[in-house]
Amino acid sequence: MRPSKSRGRFLALCVAPAVILYFIFMILPTLNVFRMSLFQRGAYSPTETFVGISNFEALFKDVKFITAMQNTILLIVTVTIITFFFAIVFAAILTREKIRGQNFFRIVFYIPNILSVVVIAGIFSAIYKPENGMLNSILSLLSGKTVMILWKDQPMVIVSVIIAMVWQAIGYYMVMYMASMAAVPITLYESAGLDGAGRLTQFFQLTLPLIWTNIRTTLTFFIISTINMAFLFVKAMVAKGMADVGLSFMYAQKDAGLYGYSMAAGVVIFLFSFLLSALVNWVTRREVLEM
Amino acid sequence: MTTEKKGLSAQTLYKIFIYVVLITLAVLIIVPVAWVFLASVKQNSEFYGNPWALPAGFYWQNFVDAWNSASMGSYMMNSILVTVLSLALLLVVALPAAYCLARFHFRGRNFLNTCFMAGLFINVNYIVVPIFLMLRDGDAFLKKALGSGFLMNNLFVLAVVYASTALPFTIYLLSGYFATLPHDFEEAAYIDGATYSQAMIRIIFPMAQPSIITIILFNFLSFWNEYIISMTLMSSATGQKTLPVGLLNLMQAQQSSAQYGILYAGLVLVMLPTLILYMCVQKKLTQGMTVGGLKG
Repeated sequence: MRPSKSRGRFLALCVAPAVILYFIFMILPTLNVFRMSLFQRGAYSPTETFVGISNFEALFKDVKFITAMQNTILLIVTVTIITFFFAIVFAAILTREKIRGQNFFRIVFYIPNILSVVVIAGIFSAIYKPENGMLNSILSLLSGKTVMILWKDQPMVIVSVIIAMVWQAIGYYMVMYMASMAAVPITLYESAGLDGAGRLTQFFQLTLPLIWTNIRTTLTFFIISTINMAFLFVKAMVAKGMADVGLSFMYAQKDAGLYGYSMAAGVVIFLFSFLLSALVNWVTRREVLEM
Repeated sequence: MTTEKKGLSAQTLYKIFIYVVLITLAVLIIVPVAWVFLASVKQNSEFYGNPWALPAGFYWQNFVDAWNSASMGSYMMNSILVTVLSLALLLVVALPAAYCLARFHFRGRNFLNTCFMAGLFINVNYIVVPIFLMLRDGDAFLKKALGSGFLMNNLFVLAVVYASTALPFTIYLLSGYFATLPHDFEEAAYIDGATYSQAMIRIIFPMAQPSIITIILFNFLSFWNEYIISMTLMSSATGQKTLPVGLLNLMQAQQSSAQYGILYAGLVLVMLPTLILYMCVQKKLTQGMTVGGLKG
């Protein structure tokens, strides 16, 4: 056996840097989110005063925060439903049919996922721009006046955020479901076809149940990530304060110097996302079907 | 005979329908991206006409202006520096840690593994404010003690934060791979007189090359495209910025000054590296996506 002293030194040297960085930049800030939500902190001095739950009390009376959470829920529901519906349907079509240029479509559909949210915001501002946008110029031509409903300071801007988020996510999930649907053995479909099951029946009775575990996991992940992505999109696409979501409300309070208040919002959104994913997990549970 | 023929034509209609849907979707993705590329070589006067018109010529001046007067050049250098530094730091820190956590039995191993797993659920957007305050307080302290602080508006600090926040995912992915390798490799190396670190660096790491490439790919995309942390930690108006943040500022300023050409040239500068990389490795990326723990 090798001397255990050199083994211990080797292990410590390998693991310590990762643990130290992880502790300083992830564990400590996470604990601080919860701690600071109970304190009030001056904008320019690091002195903190304990205020108990009064940050939370103020938060639940804040109309702006309530609106921000409503926007978050609206985005979660619409973006999730639209993305998952189209991703699953297209994936089912693409895996079952012999499509010419399948590889080409696969490559193209994945592109939005590798672009920065800033770039996507730039692309969509080129579409919605009131005076010379790709879409709005057509709409303006049709209606005879300048159309600017989806532009960043208009009340309907949340719709343009929904469109952009679906545009970004749909290809990624489609490619992923194609991968998991391809694992369903073709013989199952053949025997189902012999038994007289049509395409739709095959889809609902075979494909969906067989990849259900995958759909369930990705759904939970998607909902959590939508809460985060909504923040990135709103921050880049929407004029300040026009359509805040939960996390952008939190960030705006940080910009205003209300750190304790901002962290209280963070805690509420964190608990919200945690409870929501637990709920989704519970609602979607089914008996697992083995292939 | 007739029923067979009818079935065939329904089949053909279905096929056509599928192609129409697929092509529509592909067009919806390609056209806006391609439009930005075309717009980046348009002159400013062309933006007041029909947005669907093709560019009159290649107006490269947009890129020159974006690079020089809109400082996209220096932003790009900053982005390259931060991305390379954080990738290097991430690999140096995460590879040995993942190797030890996956292949050695020692006290506290399970605890550490659980800790890093828990990190998968910590999203950076929640903790960016405490990180900012921690660094700002540290900066103020350093100013008092040494006369100058270096924690804010520093690209190196930004790289350290990027690397740290990517640790859970990277360690999770790497240890998953290391755990599958048989122990005979190291045993043989030890018998030949290799030390622990020699066995790790010379034998195991070269075998992990596919996983390492996957990690570099995913983290390159996230570091290059990231803008919330960068915006928060590099908040000084006159200081250095990364490319997405510089672009965001330009987009917000551009509202008034209408320098469309420069804006689209800037968008192309951000997109191009990721698109080129994607074209080179798209197979790897679309296959590798299932390793991210999402596989059911």
